[in-house]
Amino acid sequence: MPINTNRKFMGYRRENGRVGVRNNVVILPVDDISNAACEAVANNIKGTLALPHAYGRLQFGPDLDLHFRTMIGTGSNPNVAACIVVGIEPGWTQKIADGIAETGKPVAAFSIEQNGDLKTIMNVSRKAKDFVQWASELQRTECDVSELWISTKCGESDTTTGLGSCPTVGNMYDKLIPEGIYGVFGETSEITGAEHICKERAVDAETGERWYKMWKAYQDDVIFAHATNDLSESQPTKGNIEGGLSTIEEKALGNLEKIGRECKFIDILEPAEAPQKGKGLYFMDTSSAAAECVTLMAAAGYVIHTFPTGQGNVIGNPIVPVIKITANPRTVRTMSEHVDVDVSGILRRDMTIDQAGDALIENIMRTANGRMTAAEALGHREFVMTKLYRSA
Amino acid sequence: MSSIPQLLVHDHKDNVGVVVVEDLKAGTDMLCVVTHDNSSFRLTAKDDVPIGHKIALSDVSSGDTAVKYGEDIGRFKADVTKGSHVHVHNLKTNRW
Repeated sequence: MPINTNRKFMGYRRENGRVGVRNNVVILPVDDISNAACEAVANNIKGTLALPHAYGRLQFGPDLDLHFRTMIGTGSNPNVAACIVVGIEPGWTQKIADGIAETGKPVAAFSIEQNGDLKTIMNVSRKAKDFVQWASELQRTECDVSELWISTKCGESDTTTGLGSCPTVGNMYDKLIPEGIYGVFGETSEITGAEHICKERAVDAETGERWYKMWKAYQDDVIFAHATNDLSESQPTKGNIEGGLSTIEEKALGNLEKIGRECKFIDILEPAEAPQKGKGLYFMDTSSAAAECVTLMAAAGYVIHTFPTGQGNVIGNPIVPVIKITANPRTVRTMSEHVDVDVSGILRRDMTIDQAGDALIENIMRTANGRMTAAEALGHREFVMTKLYRSA
Repeated sequence: MSSIPQLLVHDHKDNVGVVVVEDLKAGTDMLCVVTHDNSSFRLTAKDDVPIGHKIALSDVSSGDTAVKYGEDIGRFKADVTKGSHVHVHNLKTNRW
């Protein structure tokens, strides 16, 4: 198939002007104990999607702020056509529904106390049926590549990610950021060893200093405050080590290849925070664990995720298509069902980084048009909330 | 022989390279390519080294800095001879 050179795709234009590439009707639990009702509704009403998770009770302070931001951001994502919020009690449930409603999309809120699961499931199912039938008639319309928000985070990295799949994503950003897309990278702990390079990739010195303070705070307040060993087998992971990565510095330098040669990041986002400074590349302060990071980036409004892997991380996301890129020929051979873009030719020197970037862009456009990613076809729907500390 | 390289090196300053083929055997006369400018050289592997793992490009001593991407990626904790396997058994982070 030829490279898509006109860079147009058919997407879902939402009430607030943002463009989605999927058309989900989400049944969103506020808290862990509302999962069962949400999953029952998703079982009743075909084409709806429950997003069960583990949290939402007795959280407070910045951790509770992050919970609300992730919930509201997930429902607000343009890949979500409509959303029903279900919680144990009406207060926090309505707060999340009101936040999502600011996008203008259809939202409803239901709570379980004084109704019980069964009556709640019946009421939510009726509303979910209305929403899913409405959403099923929405049409894709022509959109421009500049309207895409594309995130990145790598996983089960090895030495081939720094040679091939991460530079492929970097090449994509070098080509598409100038066209006006929003990009984001993160993984705070995993920049360790390349922090001097990352700081220089900020748009100006002030942003670089803010980035460095954020990175240093995680080192001091979390890693050195809690480490009981030298983090071997955590950063890098056992999988990274199997793949040949020996140190965090080596891993970080490969990781940072994802932002290419030209792009500068223009701001630093809190976890799940939506960008506020317009088009361009952002850094988000996230965990380096794949599902947590992708969930946070989706909650910030990103609609497609590019995921370089070496050893073969199989992650997906329920609302955002996750595109897997690998340069490792053994992973291509043994885990081909997980690979969307094979760039192993880079290692054989029969594919350039420029050609690999074009192949990724072509896959992004096809994915934006509706082609299911490997992770979507395989049913990977990892939705993992980030939690900052113990609940009260 | 094939023009497919067995070893890739990011930068001319590097003292380690990455094996990019499966089942590399000790004694292999490797085609090594520096990705920065596509220049090449040859090096004999001293160990069987799995794909993705590193090989020393020169003799190094314990305490020396390992360089990849032209950057410091940690310190050697053993003497390593040119062509030998480099990994967690003889290379350690400076960070934790």
